[in-house]
Amino acid sequence: MSDQPFKTVIGLETHVQLLTKTKLFCRCSTEFGQPPNTQTCPVCIGMPGTLPVMNREAFRLGLVTAVALNCTIPEFTKWDRKNYYYPDLPKGYQISQFDLPMSQDGWLEINDPQGPLEGKRIGIIRAHLEEDAGKSMHDEVAGKADSRIDLNRTGTPLLEIVTRPDLNSPEEAKGYLTELKLLLTYLGVSDCNMQEGSLRVDANVNLHVHTVAGVVPTPIVEVKNMNSFRAVERALVYEVQRQYDLWQEKQQKLGDVPKTTRGWDDQAQLTRPQRSKEESSDYRYLPDPDLAPVIVTPEEFERVRNQLGELPAALRRRLESSYGIKPYDADVLVNQGRAFVDYFVQLADTCQDGTLASNWMQQEVLRTLNERQWQIHQFPLSAVMLNELLQLVQGGDIDKTRAKEVFQEMLATGKSASTVTQAMGVKKVNLTAAKDLCRQLLARFPQIVEDVQAGKQQAVGHLIGEAKKENPNINPGEFRQLCLDTINEM
Amino acid sequence: MNLIDWTATDLLAQLDMGTISSVEITQTYLDRIAAYNEQVGAFLHNDGDEALRHARDVDRRRATGQRVGPLGGLPVAIKDNLCIEGVPTTCASRMLETFRPPYNATIVQKLRAADAILIGKTNLDEFAMGSSTENSALRLTRNPWDLEHVPGGSSGGAAACITAAMAPLSVGSDTGGSIRQPAAFCGVVGMKPTYGRVSRYGLIAFASSLDQIGPLARTAEDAALLLQIIAGYDASDSTSVNKEVPPYANNVSQPLQSLRIGLADEHFADGLDAEIETSLRDVVRIYERLGATIEPISLPHNKYAVATYYVIAPCEASSNLARYDGVHYGYRADVRRMQAELDRQRNELEAAGDDAGLRNLDSQLVRMYRQSRSEALGPEVKRRIMLGTYALSEGYYDAYYLKALKVRRLIRRDYDQAFKQVDLVLGPVTPTAAYPIGDKVDDPLSMYLGDLYTVSANLAGIPAISVPCGRTRTGLPIGFQLQGPALAEDSLLRAAYMYQQETDWHQYRPHLNE
Repeated sequence: MSDQPFKTVIGLETHVQLLTKTKLFCRCSTEFGQPPNTQTCPVCIGMPGTLPVMNREAFRLGLVTAVALNCTIPEFTKWDRKNYYYPDLPKGYQISQFDLPMSQDGWLEINDPQGPLEGKRIGIIRAHLEEDAGKSMHDEVAGKADSRIDLNRTGTPLLEIVTRPDLNSPEEAKGYLTELKLLLTYLGVSDCNMQEGSLRVDANVNLHVHTVAGVVPTPIVEVKNMNSFRAVERALVYEVQRQYDLWQEKQQKLGDVPKTTRGWDDQAQLTRPQRSKEESSDYRYLPDPDLAPVIVTPEEFERVRNQLGELPAALRRRLESSYGIKPYDADVLVNQGRAFVDYFVQLADTCQDGTLASNWMQQEVLRTLNERQWQIHQFPLSAVMLNELLQLVQGGDIDKTRAKEVFQEMLATGKSASTVTQAMGVKKVNLTAAKDLCRQLLARFPQIVEDVQAGKQQAVGHLIGEAKKENPNINPGEFRQLCLDTINEM
Repeated sequence: MNLIDWTATDLLAQLDMGTISSVEITQTYLDRIAAYNEQVGAFLHNDGDEALRHARDVDRRRATGQRVGPLGGLPVAIKDNLCIEGVPTTCASRMLETFRPPYNATIVQKLRAADAILIGKTNLDEFAMGSSTENSALRLTRNPWDLEHVPGGSSGGAAACITAAMAPLSVGSDTGGSIRQPAAFCGVVGMKPTYGRVSRYGLIAFASSLDQIGPLARTAEDAALLLQIIAGYDASDSTSVNKEVPPYANNVSQPLQSLRIGLADEHFADGLDAEIETSLRDVVRIYERLGATIEPISLPHNKYAVATYYVIAPCEASSNLARYDGVHYGYRADVRRMQAELDRQRNELEAAGDDAGLRNLDSQLVRMYRQSRSEALGPEVKRRIMLGTYALSEGYYDAYYLKALKVRRLIRRDYDQAFKQVDLVLGPVTPTAAYPIGDKVDDPLSMYLGDLYTVSANLAGIPAISVPCGRTRTGLPIGFQLQGPALAEDSLLRAAYMYQQETDWHQYRPHLNE
């Protein structure tokens, strides 16, 4: 990045759908994917004379998130109307929060032990609650057919989280989103499903170009329509290059042209100018006279803070310090979610070896979950059962390869490690038996003895294969050493 | 005595005793509507069959000893900005001419549960914006005392139907005087309760922070009867007050002891009609005779009330009325004609090579909004939407809306001060009696100034009642207003009752030719 003649400046606005059963201002269900206009009532379709009543659970989820984002929570917050016309906005205004949002001035620490990023605090300007609009489905051939409106989503609670322009690369933007999603998942406030629109991201991007006259900011562009974290990263990579090319061509500075909006085209992998419905509009905000302001007492704030539980950043630190695992491993475990970490902690506590537990969790367990599309709660082996297997590995009773076979059998049968090992005839080969087998094989393959003596140690590999055929319980590592030692003594 | 000369309270007693049936009462009022609505125009629509069906049901239940609600078969008229499921609810606007709500207002549920017979929907100024009911897009309402005069507004139909004995009780809404002013013009009792005392759920909003539903009736006693039913906390209205409703109807006949009444200089300044002032002085003497003490008070910010009101109310209205856009319900411009016009304009611009013109040409959607609203909203509604839109615009918000909110607080504080000193404030309702139809149609400002004495109660959120207290030389009614502190409905009704026990202004009826 340092070789670029500019600094990339990115701020993100994330809309998070809160995990409530009902909408923000009425009692309609928020369930996704129902037939159009079946989850509506007079209130959310804006019938004349109806009034909104705040869903306290939605406010609580917003509060939990804001506190977890280290935001300041004012005692007094209110609702405002954002006025604009659009067919999927049946009241002609959206109930949102304008000048007194429920939270402001927080931060989220991003820390990517796998990549090039340093630990960094991304500033949060504000997080506020608002209601979602409906969905417009336009006919492709403009003017040839009617547009259709689905108001099922209208009134669904959203938390809008706005960062400071603290993100200085597309990778950082992606890192922030990944960490935010993880946090939201830990808090249980959103399912963060981007396909279903429970998490939507817009980005504001410009460049601070280094010139002989000093640093010059370029016009800010808002990028929309990014439907995955990968799309966000790619759109930003594209947009940064496009803006730099444009700068070199036209030398336009911030303020020379009005802020523009562009949409990411994932197929074509480029951004295109969008005629935004919000272009040049004046929202004529006013306090919503239908809703009472919300008071958050210091006691309420404390209660929420005390109930947050251990959040990802703290959890990573604890796994590193209490179980002696590497930052990379702690990150992989924590990123799998709270339940996965709980499983790990139980396993590590019983087997008393954090690294062994971590390796098994990351390899065998995680692979199984991925292959079978399972969540950890669907995993059929308890930590106690897995620990029994690990004990056998730790005691040297089973080698790693055999242990993996036993693991597969345990998964298939649901039986305990001892039962499975017994049934499979898995048992440690005693030294005398191993030595006998070794001598037999060396006698049968004199060429290998010669090769090893000539310095080609890898030739022993064939003997291990032959030994496994004779006795599947042979420990490959030990047997290899036994063969080498025996040859050396010859 | 003719049935229509009885008060609602008397009728209810007769119903309870079984000496009269709900069907008889309902039929009598339906006959009155049939006979006089043509000339008075108080009702926009009514469904006599449905009313009689309900009346018969009440009678049957009463006869068989089943439960009958506290309004036990009394007809009640409903202002046509209150939603009744499946029944036209037009706000007297072309925009909602065909609209039938899919739900009931809370007060409608309460009235139904109380076994009121909903006898019809009354006329109003379009979306309750106006003081004469002349802004109704659907019909003209005339003052039954003089058919060439306005009934006041916006609840003109709600007041006129009581005066013309087309209903014993009616429900109106009051945003800046819309119950009290027509009550004064028509010679009936009308009360605006404390903001939040009656649920607004189902009242089609004009200015949400000022709107309040209230009763109109011939007497304070009848108003108490109706308020008793419609008042109360409602979880569907976040601004509704969660306090117990006192037994207004039981209490109303108990006189108030050592009542302290305040008179504000500001209420008796220039602009108040001399005949009205004279009547008010008589009212004061009656209260003194009843043992009240009269004290001077001051409401120094009252003079800003109209200006403040005409910033706040249009601002809220501009947002509240944004939903009438032709998309989901209500009026939509003829789309085919609209498209043809749009095509014609585009062709012209293209032929002329007018690129700027083409860029500025409406999209289909914008044209649909623009045209639907232009065609279906009346001039006064448009005026207020424009006022509010302007005042909320970027750069003007602080100077208008925010400043108005500050003055509103000062007006409220004036009342807080006054009510430390006195129990109630007595003053005029209107600067003049009813004026001739058409007199102020072209002078909106003078129409607005007529709200001088009523808007303060809405801005302060306090209850106020208008009570008939005389007639002008030309025979038009005069009313006086009592204002009280928040939730003092009980005292207002009792004070009004005390006055009506001493006077008979409420007993007169205008003569109407069939």
